[in-house]
Amino acid sequence: MPEAKRPLPKPTPETRHFWEGTAAGELRLQRCDQCRRAYFPPRPFCPKCGSRKVSVFKASGRATLYSYVINHRPMPPFTAPYSIAVVELDEGPRMMTNIVGCPQTPEALQLDMPLQVVFEKQTDEITLPFFKPAGA
Amino acid sequence: MKSKSIAVVGAAETTQLGVIPDLSQIQLHADAALNAMADAGLKPSDIDGLATTPEWTPNLANYLGITPAWVDGTMVGGCSFMLHVRHAAAAINEGLCSTVLITHGESGRSRVGVGPFSGNRASLEGQFEAPYGIMGPPTVFTIPVLRYMKTYGVSEEQLAMVAVVQREWAAKNPRASMKDPITVQDVLSSRMIAYPFRLLMCCLVTDGGGALILTSAQRAKDFPRKPVYILGTGEGAESWMISQMEDFTTSRAFRVSGRKAFAEAGISHKDVDHLMIYDAFAHLPLYGLEDLGFCKPGEAAGFIWERNTAPGGKLPLNTNGGGLSYMHSGMYGMYALQESVRQMRGVAPAQVPDAKISVCHGVGGMFAASGTIIFSNQAP
Repeated sequence: MPEAKRPLPKPTPETRHFWEGTAAGELRLQRCDQCRRAYFPPRPFCPKCGSRKVSVFKASGRATLYSYVINHRPMPPFTAPYSIAVVELDEGPRMMTNIVGCPQTPEALQLDMPLQVVFEKQTDEITLPFFKPAGA
Repeated sequence: MKSKSIAVVGAAETTQLGVIPDLSQIQLHADAALNAMADAGLKPSDIDGLATTPEWTPNLANYLGITPAWVDGTMVGGCSFMLHVRHAAAAINEGLCSTVLITHGESGRSRVGVGPFSGNRASLEGQFEAPYGIMGPPTVFTIPVLRYMKTYGVSEEQLAMVAVVQREWAAKNPRASMKDPITVQDVLSSRMIAYPFRLLMCCLVTDGGGALILTSAQRAKDFPRKPVYILGTGEGAESWMISQMEDFTTSRAFRVSGRKAFAEAGISHKDVDHLMIYDAFAHLPLYGLEDLGFCKPGEAAGFIWERNTAPGGKLPLNTNGGGLSYMHSGMYGMYALQESVRQMRGVAPAQVPDAKISVCHGVGGMFAASGTIIFSNQAP
């Protein structure tokens, strides 16, 4: 049996800037030039007001822990138990991720704890953003 | 009777439920459809409208020998059948067809005649959720609950109680997969699946199917069974990606769908005798009770803990045992609809005495979509 691999994203024309950003060590979001709202996941228009005038910008990488589960079932190549989390970025949007750099326990994973993005290269094309406790 | 009223005149599940390794998925649809047609005294040639999922409508039309003049293949997850009922009612009222068959069949456990699971890594969820080790609904549908529990101070014991009460209902139902009584402690000592969810807070995975036949209320009196009328319907959709759900303590799709259905039916919550809320996991009845307006935000766990939804309580909920204890093939909405129809016909194993109005609320995907149907055995 082939070794299980993490299912990696296939970038599309509308998301390529995001994956080029993570490969360069930047978390890139988009913001509407008209209503100024930041949003995610990527698309070439504002989901709030429908404007096509939008810009890519580098986010701070700061976030807080919005909610999560800790998966206990075997899921190669992941090592259970591991967290699957949704974080709220300082700029407003939320994204799914794994919380790394701390025990995968309810005690270590407190809702609203401050987090910082970290990047882990998977392939030449894909680098994934994860989050670790701020200051860790 | 209102000029535009629709009734259920045929309803049935597959002959067997649970583990059915000797039937493929399309035959589960057909078994349920044949049972529903027998229930209504109809033949395939009497059906002129067909709605189904997860089989393709044209495949099933040919398999059953039906020539539909109206088709619906709406697929928004497990509440798709609530949407089929809603769309069929509108179609019949518009004169697009007169007799609609809605079917579901799913070999969820045995996986006979089912394609492989597939993921699209270029889709938005493929790019922004799948890389993080998600492993189906137990690791995705469950993510919002810690935020809900922190916001409202809900305990794991209260979450466990949802499963305990539903098992009490299942114990009254000979067709339920799980009938042995359980305690809060049993739930909290069952195997951890995805913290804070333990095995007994997660739905079953079984095989089965169900079918409904709808026609105008004017025609319904000519059928052998007592008609079950549709008073109101609603539907909604939010996001296929759980990470993009607006607020993890409430479902926008639930609120939109529920409001539409109640407004159309012209009823208030105190008129409701029986309630079904699709329970793929133990937190769903909490969100459903609140988002449909039966409880204020944060009060549903206490409402269930105080046995208001249990046998003998004032708001009987998930009286077949639900997805947690009755059955769950993957798209459970059809079985919730079947239980509402049984209650309105007065033939449910755990019959609610004198029940006249039943609300049936479904979820699709993981808080992605919703459908609500309000039934009555009284002509509108």
